[in-house]
Amino acid sequence: MKELSEFAVEMRDVVKTFKTPEGTMLNAVDHVNMNIKNGEFFSMLGSSGCGKTTSLRMMAGFEWPSEGEIYIEGQAMGHTPPFQRNVNTVFQSYALFQHMTVYQNIAFGLEMEKAPPDEIKARVGRVLDMVQLMGMEKRFPKQLSGGQQQRIALARALVKLPNVLLLDEPLGALDLKLRKEMQLELKAIQQKVGITFIYVTHDQEEALTMSDRIAVMSKGKVMQMGTPVEIYERPTSRFVAGFIGESNFLEGTVQSINGERANVLVPALMTEVTGLNTGKVKMGEKAVVCIRPEKIRISDEPVSKQNSFRGAVKTTTYIGSDTHVYVEVGKLTIKVWEQNRVSSLDPKAYYTAGQNLTLNLMPENTLILADA
Amino acid sequence: MNPHRRHPFIRIAALVVYFFLYAPIVMLVLYSFNASRTNILFEGFIPSVGPLQMEGSLVTQSPCGAFHWFCELAKNQEVGVAARNTLTIALTSTFVSAIIGTMAALAMQRYNFRIKPFAQLSLYIPIVIPEIVMGIGVLTLFSQLFAIVNNSLGLAGDARLTLGIGTVIVSHIAFCVPFVTLVVQARLQGFDKSYEEAAMDLGANELVTFWRVTFPMILPGVLSGALLAFTLSLDDFVITFFATGPGATTLPIYVYGLLRRIITPQVNALSTIWIGLVLVAVVLLQRLQAREAK
Repeated sequence: MKELSEFAVEMRDVVKTFKTPEGTMLNAVDHVNMNIKNGEFFSMLGSSGCGKTTSLRMMAGFEWPSEGEIYIEGQAMGHTPPFQRNVNTVFQSYALFQHMTVYQNIAFGLEMEKAPPDEIKARVGRVLDMVQLMGMEKRFPKQLSGGQQQRIALARALVKLPNVLLLDEPLGALDLKLRKEMQLELKAIQQKVGITFIYVTHDQEEALTMSDRIAVMSKGKVMQMGTPVEIYERPTSRFVAGFIGESNFLEGTVQSINGERANVLVPALMTEVTGLNTGKVKMGEKAVVCIRPEKIRISDEPVSKQNSFRGAVKTTTYIGSDTHVYVEVGKLTIKVWEQNRVSSLDPKAYYTAGQNLTLNLMPENTLILADA
Repeated sequence: MNPHRRHPFIRIAALVVYFFLYAPIVMLVLYSFNASRTNILFEGFIPSVGPLQMEGSLVTQSPCGAFHWFCELAKNQEVGVAARNTLTIALTSTFVSAIIGTMAALAMQRYNFRIKPFAQLSLYIPIVIPEIVMGIGVLTLFSQLFAIVNNSLGLAGDARLTLGIGTVIVSHIAFCVPFVTLVVQARLQGFDKSYEEAAMDLGANELVTFWRVTFPMILPGVLSGALLAFTLSLDDFVITFFATGPGATTLPIYVYGLLRRIITPQVNALSTIWIGLVLVAVVLLQRLQAREAK
């Protein structure tokens, strides 16, 4: 067994510059550092143009960094061509060879390794079994459904047993139901084969569901890297808090910092809000209070003196499992997600417009972020 | 019911178009069985089989019966030579122009280079330029070039470079390349580069990627480009007329020569065979495409 380095893939200060049609230069990837551990399910999450696909393509060897270096298994890749890298890619478009059968598609990579025919046959059989497409060997890609094509694309890359599997929005073309099924299946396959998966997606739910760690990217930069729980529960910036899930943002000025707690004066509420100090805020500077809608408690009377605000219900939306309540507090509208714990047919159970109530923000659930 | 009302004019227009497209061909085929040597009026088929008998300008009996002119054609040595020349020229120039044209199309699709807009434009010019201009150009170029080479190397007699089958092939390649390039370029328009990336990703180097993935995928485009080149070369008259020399007569040139002397039904027989061959080729190609589409 080969000695593996700690990191499957490392990006060290990688920059990729493209020329825009207007002739200006654009850093599609802007000084990115990333360490992806062996055996990890790592996602790069961001909207289109954030540099996630370019990063993946540089790992695969389809593009070369303008600056910086990419290491695979501790080896600097430089200008190593794709066919000399021990990584394989599942393409967004699948890129199945239309003139080859399913069997020929999957066997292609093994033929390139000059594997003996018996071994090719056995390995193709095993991988087809893994993606549950036995008996499809003689079909052509056109004769398969979208979901089946997706599995063949996965099988074709997996059969090579690469150190790292790169997946470029592989579920993007599937319908919602199939996508959910495939998410679970992909995760199960990854755990079974133990290969490092690097997954590019713009779907935050997909990233949260499958990943061990996520890098949230925007405008060529990594905004935050961490586990799904860290990313969701402790966003370090307003961007990440707004991009992953929903958040209420209350702008204000830091009044005092007391160890783990910080107080922010929010002019729109004409009061102070206490929350967790994320360590980046400074006395007297602007800050933003960030609170998730499902972490706000609704009560008739204030629960404590701290962080309790009177308000009136503006609108409500019943969505089955939850009720989304929009409450006017001072000059702001705050969204609150209330779980429907009680089964009731009484409309009053789900709040009504104009109703007065109190919103309680637990300081430990409230984040104080530097406003940048 | 089809919501589009059919105006009677549409049917008439279609009939007129078909008439003018196919009536000449039908006439031509019919006349290849003409009993009359002069080939001005259709005098009926040659009625009987037996030793050759003539009545004035009418053939009344022939060893080949109604196929008299086809037999006469078969005896004609010059036609055989011209047919062989034509095929040699067409096949060679098709093969070479298909390769060059495909390479050019791939280069234009893949790379950005400074003279690319010029390169693209230069593909259209030989297509729109009148053939006669190209023909004169080819003649001038080769005769000047050969004169310089012959004089400077002191070549004499048979060693002298002259116009012939070689110059015809070169000029045919030259005018076929733009057509092949444009056809292949159209095919490449929808070619997703991720196929090539996938092949390389799976361990194939550039050469293997080309032969195992790119080429099979663009092959239909290359074949239709080649077919176009083949038909263009096969019936080219103008450029061939200028570029050809002694011993390199092609069928179009030969037919033209025959017409200047006497219009014998041999020409019709030759054309009939030609049409037959083209028809078979087209049907085969359609079968092939239909099978591929499945």
